[in-house]
Amino acid sequence: MDTFLGLDALVLARIQFGFTVAFHFLFPAFSIGLASYVAVLNGMYLRTGNAAYLRLFNYWVKIFAISFAMGVVSGIVMSYQFGTNWSVFSDRAGPVIGPLMAYEVLTAFFLEAGFLGIMLFGRDKVGNGLHMTATLMVAVGTAISATWILSVNSWMHTPAGFVMGENGQFLPDDWLAVIFSPSFPYRLAHTLTAAYLTTAFIVGGVGAWHLLHGRHHNSGVKTMFSMAMWMAALVAPLQIFLGHEHGLNTYEYQPTKVLAMEGHFESYDDGIPLILFGIPDQEAGEMRYEVSIPRIGGPILGKGWDASMEGLDTVPRSEEPPVGIVFWSFRVMVAIGMLMLAVGLWSLWSRWRGELYYDKWLHRAALVMAPSGLVAVIAGWITTEVGRQPYTIYGEMRTAESMSPLDAQAVGGSLIAFIVIYFAVFGAGIWYLLRLMSKPPEPAETPQSEPGPIRTSGITPGTTPETTPAE
Amino acid sequence: MGLGISLDLTVAWAILLALAVYIYVVLDGFDLGIGILYPAYPEKEDRDLLMNTVAPVWDGNETWLVLGGGGLFAAFPLAYAIIMPALYPPVIAMLLALIFRGVAFEFRWRAGSRFSKKFWDAAFIGGSTVAALSQGIILGALLQGIEVDGRQYGGGWWDWLTPFSAVCGVAVVAGYALLGACWLNMKTIGHVRDRARTLARLLGFVTVGFIGVVSLWTPFLEQEYFSRWFAWPHMLEVAIIPVLVIGFVVMLGKELYSESNDWMPFVLTLGLFGLCFLGLGVCIWPYVIPTSVTLTEAASPFKSQLFMFVGAVVLIPIILAYTAFAYYVFRGKIEHGQGYH
Ligand code: HDD
Ligand code: HEM
Ligand code: HEM
Repeated sequence: MDTFLGLDALVLARIQFGFTVAFHFLFPAFSIGLASYVAVLNGMYLRTGNAAYLRLFNYWVKIFAISFAMGVVSGIVMSYQFGTNWSVFSDRAGPVIGPLMAYEVLTAFFLEAGFLGIMLFGRDKVGNGLHMTATLMVAVGTAISATWILSVNSWMHTPAGFVMGENGQFLPDDWLAVIFSPSFPYRLAHTLTAAYLTTAFIVGGVGAWHLLHGRHHNSGVKTMFSMAMWMAALVAPLQIFLGHEHGLNTYEYQPTKVLAMEGHFESYDDGIPLILFGIPDQEAGEMRYEVSIPRIGGPILGKGWDASMEGLDTVPRSEEPPVGIVFWSFRVMVAIGMLMLAVGLWSLWSRWRGELYYDKWLHRAALVMAPSGLVAVIAGWITTEVGRQPYTIYGEMRTAESMSPLDAQAVGGSLIAFIVIYFAVFGAGIWYLLRLMSKPPEPAETPQSEPGPIRTSGITPGTTPETTPAE
Repeated sequence: MGLGISLDLTVAWAILLALAVYIYVVLDGFDLGIGILYPAYPEKEDRDLLMNTVAPVWDGNETWLVLGGGGLFAAFPLAYAIIMPALYPPVIAMLLALIFRGVAFEFRWRAGSRFSKKFWDAAFIGGSTVAALSQGIILGALLQGIEVDGRQYGGGWWDWLTPFSAVCGVAVVAGYALLGACWLNMKTIGHVRDRARTLARLLGFVTVGFIGVVSLWTPFLEQEYFSRWFAWPHMLEVAIIPVLVIGFVVMLGKELYSESNDWMPFVLTLGLFGLCFLGLGVCIWPYVIPTSVTLTEAASPFKSQLFMFVGAVVLIPIILAYTAFAYYVFRGKIEHGQGYH
């Protein structure tokens, strides 16, 4: 078999897919939440007439535009990766998942793209009402997009509603069963809230940064920090609950994945421990340096204190996912979830004491946590996707059978091109994002000075009656 | 009976996809064309203006490419599964090029130093040009035929690259540049528009020349193509296409050399591209991968096509309506420094 740098074509294709999709997902995770956030800001501005909201809208919408552009271009790559890297999978699964992805294009991508121009540049052309509608359409579009693509992904995890064709194709039998496959509601809820949390922590981190730089008099800074902390306090507990429910669902349909997540190499017949930490050794089939709490694993999985469970030792090696990756990525996600909850509660406490804008340690914590949502989201996906191995369509089609007839040279060469270009281009984009974030939103009265097409939308404070500062 | 219906749906999907690809080609064609024409406008202010003419609509334009790819995947999965690996290098090149030009729309305005601004200008030019070139090569490679082995691609890694596909690549670059020039002629004033008109004249000649070369070359690629065009009496029916092309070319020439109105050249170029598309259809029909896989063979099952068709019939008119609205909002000529007010 031919190789590239010692890796065969299958491994390279997996690395390439994982790399491009992980990079892609960074941007949706942020722009799904941010689209709703700017829609809320615009709505608040229209309701209250308070120009502070308008300034915040103008501030975040520039950041949104950059993140969105990166989401679009990296997403177009994804929609072709199925064919280029997984052509056998595409041929066989196309009849079932192809239509769902086509619906995503028709109901979501066009909606986002069609109204984006008006949202970014159109306020003065169409008036506030239509502009608000356009902003809402973009936000709704991102959520619809997530719905379809997660439906596709969930079907691959918990396939339902299909029959096998003679030519090896999966054929649709019951569309509702396909779309609402068993893991879909959980995955959708958990991922959408993940996007909101990711955005909340980035917005909160930016607010914290400016508060730490003594910008307490800037009402925009205060508003963004306060809104973000409300989100954190309310959504983090919800997210933990949803994650837990998701895990129970996974235990029902993909028990091996849960065994890998929890590191249960052994079977138990009297009480399931909860393994906190350890070094999984898949070859030996054991957990080294295990730190665990006896018995409470049972109740967490919805069983009794003295429940029994079959561990990975009952699963053939060829059916096991890579335990180390799944075990650790799961822990990273859960740990971040707990830290997010802690920051949320802390902010409530500070708020109650009237210290929200002055609690330096809270601001430092929020700043450190700014990228935590992105890390958690990637860790969550790695848990989900690697935990599904060795299958692409769980229990039905293996990853090794899904691959295109490609040379390792071709995949390896394009993989290097993707890596170099993604780091260079998206690295530059992230740098521009950080630079925009490092400037505070306009305080009242100063004209806008940021160059770019958005600046030209002519919404300079003070030029129209309703933008007169109301602070 | 069931077969009859599903055959018809397959035809309907083929037409729908062809329509999506046509819309993509003309819409993204003109905004890729703007990137290709950037070198003819070295001034920063002019470049800002050029980009502003398409900034509000480029994303929508590119979405038709996603529909083309996604629609092929859904309606003809076998074709998608064979074409993508067969054309792997040009497809990857196109995707990477689209990244560069897509982000340039935002990054160009954010660049701090002169150097980085120049860099994103170059990314916009290079990305647009390479994307157009790759698309042309993909078209050429498809026309010259793809080797199929069972349900998979059966050829080698460099099969896509031939003199014919290379010529198609350059032809598409020229054609997109022509579309871009006609768009600028319509959307701008003053020296920007005058230069666009001069460019359009030049590119008109080049594009028509390429259309001629490709049209004369294609029938000799495959016996089947030849008989589509030259078998008697069928020839009489299809001959209408080249006749109309000549008519459009003459009108385009007249428009570009008279100063009468600014939108007619753009409309005529759209028509010209439409006719080329029909010509391609004559060659390819009823194949999806010429001379090895027919539309029917690659079609996804009736249930899949029907499920999507219902949605497409309802949604595509809605999409066209709000896309038209977005163009309407940003209608009219744009001046320097004005951007969108
Ligand atoms: C949970 C959400 C989510 C997930 C899991 C994915 N995406 Fe995505 N995608 C979005 C959420 C999203 C979005 C929010 O709708 C984006 C991000 C920013 C944007 O521009 O739209 C987007 C953009 C986007 C685009 C560009 C759309 C346009 O032209 O406007 C394409 C083609 C894809 N995606 C395709 C994919 C594929 C093939 C994926 C899986 C392998 C995928 N996305 C995972
Ligand atoms: C929701 C749409 C998605 C679909 C349809 C999808 C589908 C797939 C497919 C086909 C593979 C390749 C086969 C394999 O190696 O398992 C894969 C692997 C992978 N995906 Fe997803 N995926 C989706 C979303 C994501 C997201 C958003 C992420 C991360 C941010 C992700 C992370 C990964 C990783 C890391 C792999 C490589 C795993 C491995 O090969 O071991 N996926 N996925
Ligand atoms: C203590 C808290 C959490 C628990 C118990 C939890 C639980 C889970 C479980 C069990 C899965 C895997 C489901 C499967 O593949 O079958 C998962 C996936 C995921 N998690 Fe979490 N999670 C938590 C916190 C978070 C946080 C804070 C984020 C992001 C901000 C997040 C984002 C994700 C994402 C994006 C996925 C992949 C998509 C999916 O399968 O839903 N999670 N989570």
